[in-house]
Amino acid sequence: MTWLETLRTGLSAVRSHGLRSALTVLGILIGIAAVILTVGLGLGTQRDVSAQISSLGSNLLIVTPGSSTGSDGVRGGFGSAATLTAADAEALASTTNTPDVSGVAPEKSTSLSLEANDTNWTTSVTGTTPDWLDVRSRELELGTFLTAADDTERANVVVLGSETATELFGTTRVVGQSVTISDKDYRVVGVLAPAGASGSEDLDDIALVPLSTASEQLVGGFQRSSLSTIYVQAKDADSLSAANQEVTSLLLNLHGITDSTSADFTVSSQDALVSTATSVYRTLTVLLTGIAALSLLVGGIGVMNIMLVSVTERTREIGLRKALGAPPWAIRRQFLVEASVLGLAGGMLGAALGILAAKLLPSALGTSIVVSGAAVGGSVVVAIAIGLVFGVYPATRAARLAPIDALRSE
Amino acid sequence: MADLFPAPITVLDAPDAPVIELVGARKTYRTGAIEFEALRGVDLRIEQGEYVAIMGPSGSGKSTLMNILGCLDILTQGEYRLAGEDIEELDEVDLAQVRNERIGFVFQQFHLLPSLSALRNVELPLMYRRVEPAERRRRATEALERVGLGDRLSNRPGELSGGQQQRVAVARALVGEPDLLLADEPTGNLDSSSSEDVLRLFDELHAQGATIVLITHELEVAQAAHRIVFVRDGLVQSDEVIGR
Repeated sequence: MTWLETLRTGLSAVRSHGLRSALTVLGILIGIAAVILTVGLGLGTQRDVSAQISSLGSNLLIVTPGSSTGSDGVRGGFGSAATLTAADAEALASTTNTPDVSGVAPEKSTSLSLEANDTNWTTSVTGTTPDWLDVRSRELELGTFLTAADDTERANVVVLGSETATELFGTTRVVGQSVTISDKDYRVVGVLAPAGASGSEDLDDIALVPLSTASEQLVGGFQRSSLSTIYVQAKDADSLSAANQEVTSLLLNLHGITDSTSADFTVSSQDALVSTATSVYRTLTVLLTGIAALSLLVGGIGVMNIMLVSVTERTREIGLRKALGAPPWAIRRQFLVEASVLGLAGGMLGAALGILAAKLLPSALGTSIVVSGAAVGGSVVVAIAIGLVFGVYPATRAARLAPIDALRSE
Repeated sequence: MADLFPAPITVLDAPDAPVIELVGARKTYRTGAIEFEALRGVDLRIEQGEYVAIMGPSGSGKSTLMNILGCLDILTQGEYRLAGEDIEELDEVDLAQVRNERIGFVFQQFHLLPSLSALRNVELPLMYRRVEPAERRRRATEALERVGLGDRLSNRPGELSGGQQQRVAVARALVGEPDLLLADEPTGNLDSSSSEDVLRLFDELHAQGATIVLITHELEVAQAAHRIVFVRDGLVQSDEVIGR
């Protein structure tokens, strides 16, 4: 009996019990689709997160206040202290102390309500310096950005994100218009080009004012001179670690701290953020894939179950084939082929369903799903392997049947 | 398409050897602690071209004898040579091959596969050999024509009468040109006219030179043969040639 004939016999046996075979295939199908989707979802989320972090700019170091171990040994949380100042940012920008730094963009953010005509819109009002545009790799859609003169004059000018402009005016062509923030009028000098969202932060919903204006007019009191973040851009990727050291030692110096373990600020690089974030998602993906794989295991048990039923039902056929001269291995092969046909059908249909769902789900869920060829191919191979593995026992049982007993069974 | 059937074992074809040679054949079944001796030393010799009926009441050991003769089971003790080949030394795979090449079975229950056409059913024994599909089809068609079913090639067993089904089974037994045609109660499930039909077919095959062993408990059927072997309590009670 050739492989082709064995395959044909297997196919006709699978077809002759359509509903039963379909239900078994369904078990595998669901498992395979679940694995493809969870792997795809995990990869998609990892890709999204690293894209979001990269969208902050390139070759960035992010300096945040706090995260220090105080004299009492209590470690403050991320950004819990107001220890970074505009003076720190200026010192970092001077090339004598930090030769590997090409740009510094301090940020001082607070959430405020903006008013224009009859509309108002609450957004993140951020005080910063002219370098911000380069450091954060952003572009202007219209008008000009904040200038050094704006900063020295504490000018009441504002650059709006494209979404903020649209929310307030219904258009982004708003250069020259007036916006009221905290009862003071600000002139719109420019509008940023859209950049999308970065995690919880919408990069297009922002209002930028000169840093000095923000400290003097928008944020008062104790917080006046403190910064929420300093973005430091290294010259290139190779000088990133050198820049990291320069920034750290300069800030330690400025803050009069000798022991680097008790620093009152945190310098993190984009790479560190990316690897932290992706490792979290990778763990999650592995966990979810494990759960999906369990359903595949259940599907495999379904195959074994149905193959055992098939062997029992066809005991007489097995006996007859043996009497006619089928050696044990031919019987075993016939049932193994039948089991792998079930696995293959489940694998292919499951892959099709997975790919289809990966196309449809992202628009409904707002997440991306990456279907990799390796995941699809791997799943189909795994499905066949499941058919084979769970078919071995029933097939061996069939092959071991004594022909006389098998022929005599009713 | 690779055919993975192993190369045929080399068989010393002894043209003058008897088809069946059973010497001191014993078969003991063991169920737990209970032993049952189904064959208690049977000697039997059947030459080429003979038409032999094996008779006996139920429990006489004739079914066991049929299993042994058909290489479906092996002896506990004694010797069995089928067309000169010593069966006792063969393993399961070789036994399968001997069944395939040397024996054509006809069963009481027909044992046709319901999902296959008459032609495909008859092709089955050839599928377990190195026979090309076209050649297989030709020989199966020929065998079905020989039993008078040349016009029913594509019918499934369910579409045929009992007599026709048994004739398909006979065609399947013939298609491999076996040394021995072994029929186990071939008329047991048939009405009298179909029975006569099948027995007439056996007569024709015998006239063409086939060696036939017929196992039955009906004297009427046994009388179709030219020699009747009576079995009782695991022993051959009588063995007589009936002239016709």
